[in-house]
Amino acid sequence: MEESKQTTSTTDRFRSLLDIVKMNISDYFMFFALVVIMIFFTITTDGVFISSRNISNLINQMGYIAVLAVGMTLIIVIRHIELSVGYLAGFLGAFAAIAMTFWGWPVFAVIPAVMVLGMLAGMLTATPVAKLGVPAFVSTMAAGLIYRGALLLVTMGTGTIVIRDPIFNAIGNGFIPDLPFLSGFLPGRHKLTLIFGLIAIIWYIISAIRGRKTKQSYNFAVPNTGLFILQLVIISALIGYIAWILSGYNGISWSLVILLLVVLVFQFITTKTPLGRHIYAVGGNPEAAELSGISVSKITYIVFGAMGLLSSLSGIMYASRLRSATTTAGLGFETDAIAAAFVGGVSAAGGVGTIIGSIIGALVMMSLTSGMNLMGIDISIQYIVRGLVLVLAVVFDRITRRNR
Amino acid sequence: METPILEMKSITKEFPGVKALDNVTFSVRTGEIHCLVGENGAGKSTLMKVLSGVHPYGTYDGEIIVEGELQKFNNIRESENAGIAIIYQELALIPELSVYENIFLGNELTNGMVIDSNESIQQAVEILKKVGLDVNPLTKVKNLGVGKQQLIEIAKALKKDVKILILDEPTAALNETDSDNLLHLIQGLKAQGVTCILISHKLREVLAIADTITVLRDGKTVVTLDAHKDLVNEPVLIKHMVGRSIDNVYPKREKLPIGKETLRLEDWSAFSYALGRDILKNINLNVHAGEIVAIAGLMGSGRTELAKSIFGNPDRYRVSGKAFINGVEQKFRDPGEAIKASLAYVTEDRKGNGLILIDDVKHNITLANLKEITEGGVINENEEILVANKYRTQLNIKTPSIQQKVRNLSGGNQQKVSLGKWLFVNPGILILDEPTRGIDVGAKYEIYTLMNALVQQGMSILMISSELPEILGMADRIYVMSAGKINGEMPAEVATQEAIMELAVDY
Repeated sequence: MEESKQTTSTTDRFRSLLDIVKMNISDYFMFFALVVIMIFFTITTDGVFISSRNISNLINQMGYIAVLAVGMTLIIVIRHIELSVGYLAGFLGAFAAIAMTFWGWPVFAVIPAVMVLGMLAGMLTATPVAKLGVPAFVSTMAAGLIYRGALLLVTMGTGTIVIRDPIFNAIGNGFIPDLPFLSGFLPGRHKLTLIFGLIAIIWYIISAIRGRKTKQSYNFAVPNTGLFILQLVIISALIGYIAWILSGYNGISWSLVILLLVVLVFQFITTKTPLGRHIYAVGGNPEAAELSGISVSKITYIVFGAMGLLSSLSGIMYASRLRSATTTAGLGFETDAIAAAFVGGVSAAGGVGTIIGSIIGALVMMSLTSGMNLMGIDISIQYIVRGLVLVLAVVFDRITRRNR
Repeated sequence: METPILEMKSITKEFPGVKALDNVTFSVRTGEIHCLVGENGAGKSTLMKVLSGVHPYGTYDGEIIVEGELQKFNNIRESENAGIAIIYQELALIPELSVYENIFLGNELTNGMVIDSNESIQQAVEILKKVGLDVNPLTKVKNLGVGKQQLIEIAKALKKDVKILILDEPTAALNETDSDNLLHLIQGLKAQGVTCILISHKLREVLAIADTITVLRDGKTVVTLDAHKDLVNEPVLIKHMVGRSIDNVYPKREKLPIGKETLRLEDWSAFSYALGRDILKNINLNVHAGEIVAIAGLMGSGRTELAKSIFGNPDRYRVSGKAFINGVEQKFRDPGEAIKASLAYVTEDRKGNGLILIDDVKHNITLANLKEITEGGVINENEEILVANKYRTQLNIKTPSIQQKVRNLSGGNQQKVSLGKWLFVNPGILILDEPTRGIDVGAKYEIYTLMNALVQQGMSILMISSELPEILGMADRIYVMSAGKINGEMPAEVATQEAIMELAVDY
C-alpha cells in the first residue's frame, strides 16, 4: 500500500514537470527562436552579427520601438489597440526640438514636460474609449491623424529642425562614462559596464536565493537544489555574456539604460502589484473585473496614459538618435510595436501577454532587420521575411495555446 | 427485437491526462425519448460531441452505428446529413438577424446567387408551426425571450430531415412555463417520429418525459433504465448518479434567533436606459444577520437587476429610493464601494461575468480582495497560495492544483471558486444569484451546507433562485418578484410551490 502510494507520487511529480514544460512551451519558444535567429546570422555573417559593435547598434535602434512595444502589450492585454503612438512620438519629438531650439527651454525641463504631455495625450485618446465605449481602433486612428497634422503644422515653416543640445542628443547616441582610474586594467573593455553586469548577477542570485528561502519557510515545494543551481548558472552566464559583449564596444548606451528602466518598472507593476493584476483581469473578463470592484474605465485611462508616456520616451529617443525632428518621424512605429507585441505572445482576445515577451518579440524583429542588412538582403525580401516571421509566431502561439 | 436507431459501442475518449469516456455503451430505440443524466463531468456532453462529429472519427475508440450502418463522422455537417441534430445549452443564434434568417443560416435558400427571401419566409412559417411558435419570421431574434429563442434553435434543427434530435440542458435557462412548453414540444416531436436524446439536470423533467434513462458516472455507463418497466424515481436516479444516496437534499439548519437588520431597501426603483423602461418598481425589502432570504420569480422578473442595482449598479441604471446597509444609507457609485461596505455578489453567469476563465484558480480567488495580501504595494504571492489552498480545502474544490486555469474545471468547481472568491472578501451580506444552476447534485449539497454554516456565523444571505424546491428547502423568508415589483413576502414554513408560483405569474 505504502509502496504504491510512493509510485503514484513519483509519476505525479514527473507528470506535473512535463505539464509545466508543456504549459509554458509557448512562453519559452520565442526565446529559443531568438537564440536560433542570432546563431543563424552569426554564422551567415562570419561573426559580424554578434560583434560588440553590431549588438550595441541593434539595441540603440531597437530602443524607441521596444518602449512602445511595452505599452502596446498592455493596450492589447486590455483588448484595445493604439494606432496613434507613432505620430504622437513624432509630434512630441518635434515639440521637444522646438522647445529647445526656438524657445530656449533647458533640456531638463523639456523632457519631463514632453512626458507629461504624452501621458495627457494618451488619456485624452482614451476618453471616448473609456467613457462611451468607442472602439479604440477608431479613437486612436483619429488621434493619429490629428498628431500627424500637428507634426506637419509645427514643422511647416522650418522643415527638419536640427537639435544641437549635447545632453539631449546623448540619449540616442551616447554611452555611460567609464571609470578613468581603471584604464590600465582590461584594455579595450568598458569597465563600468562589466561592473554593472557583475552587480546585476549578484543582485539576481541574492534575490533568487531569498525567494527560494521564503518559499521554503512557507513549506512550499521548491525545485531541487541541482535544478536551482543550474538555473542560477545559466541566467548569470547570460547576463555576464551580454555585459561582456557590450563592454567590447562603448559599453551600456543611454538608450539601453532607459529601456532597462522601462522594462523593470513595467515588469514590476504587471507581475507584482494589484494594479498589474487588475490590468490582466480587465483583459481576461471586463465584466467580471467590474463586478470584482475594479473600475474598467480607470484601468483604461491608466493603460492609455502609460502608453502616451512611453510614446513620449520613444519620440525623445528617436529625435535624439537623429539629432533632429523630421516631418516623417514616427511613421510606422505603431506597426512595429504591434508586431513586436504579437511575436512576443500577446493575445488579441485579451488578458494574455508579458512585458518580457514583447521585448523578446522586439529583439526578434530587430535581429531580423539587422542580420538581413548585414547579409545585404534587399529591403523587399526583408519585409516579406518579417511578415512571415510575424504570422508564423502568431500561428505557433495559437496552436500551442489551444491545447491548454 | 427491433434494431436500435443508434448504437454507440465501447466509446472511449481521452483528453490529455483525463479519460472523459471509458468504454461507454449507449443504445437508443427508434422514436423514444432517451434521457442522459449524470453529474457534471460525468461525460454526457463529451458523448454527444463524439456522436455529432465535434470530436471527429479517429480521436476516439469505439463504433457509432446509426440505423445499422457504421458511421465515421469527421465533422458536424456529416452527422447532420445522417439526420443527427444537436442543440447546445448555450444558444447559437445571431441576435441581429431575423427569425427566418437564423433558421436558414448556413443553408440559405437561393435563386441562383441571390437569397430567396419570400420562399425562406414562407418555409419558416411552416417550420415555426411545427414547434408551436407564433412569431413574425421578420422579427429580430434579440427581441425575443430566451424561451422563444430556444424554440427557434429547435426549429432550425427541424428544417432538415432530423431523425435524432439531441438537446443539451435545453431548460437550464428557461422558467417553468417555457420549460413545460418545451417538454410538450419534445413529446409532440416524438409523436411525429423524431427520436430525442435529452441531457438534463432536472430530474423531475426527466421523470416526466423519459422512455429510457441512461445514467453516466465518471465516464462510464452506470445503468440504463426503462422508465415504463423499472422502478425509477428521484432517489433512485440520484443514487446512480452519485454512487451514494443523499438522504437529505437540503441539509437541516438549526434556526437561531435572527440578528439585526443588515440590508433594507425603501422604494427602490430603477430605470434601464438600454431597455428604455422601468425594471424595478418601488421595492421594499429587508434582510437580517443570520438569515437566508430568497427572491423567487420568473426569468425576466427583475431579480438579477435588483441584485446588480444594489451591488454598485455596474449597468448604470437610473436608481431612486434608499438603500441601508447595517442601518446606514449608502449610495454606491460602483461595485468597488459596495464591496468595501461588506457586500458580495456571486453572479448568475459564472462564465460570463463571474470568473476570469483564462486565469488560474488562485488569481480568481484573490481578485476581489488583493489588498488583503498586499504589503507595501506588492502582492505577497506566497500568502496568496495559502489563501487559495485554504478555500480549495474548505470548499472541496476539485482541481489538480491552484495553478489550474479555471476554464478547465467543471461547472460545480467553477461555482466553488466563485464562492471562494467572495468569501475571501469576508462579506456581511452575500448575494447569491442562482447559486446551484447547472451543477451536479453532490456539489449542490456542499454549497447548501456551506450556506448554512455561513448564516450560522451571522452572515446574511440574499439568494435568487429559479428552483422552487431549493427556495423552500433553504430560505427562511421568501420574496416573490414579478415584472419588477415585489408581489409578496412569506415565511418559508408556510410557503408552498403553488403559492409562490401564483404570485410570480401575477402581473
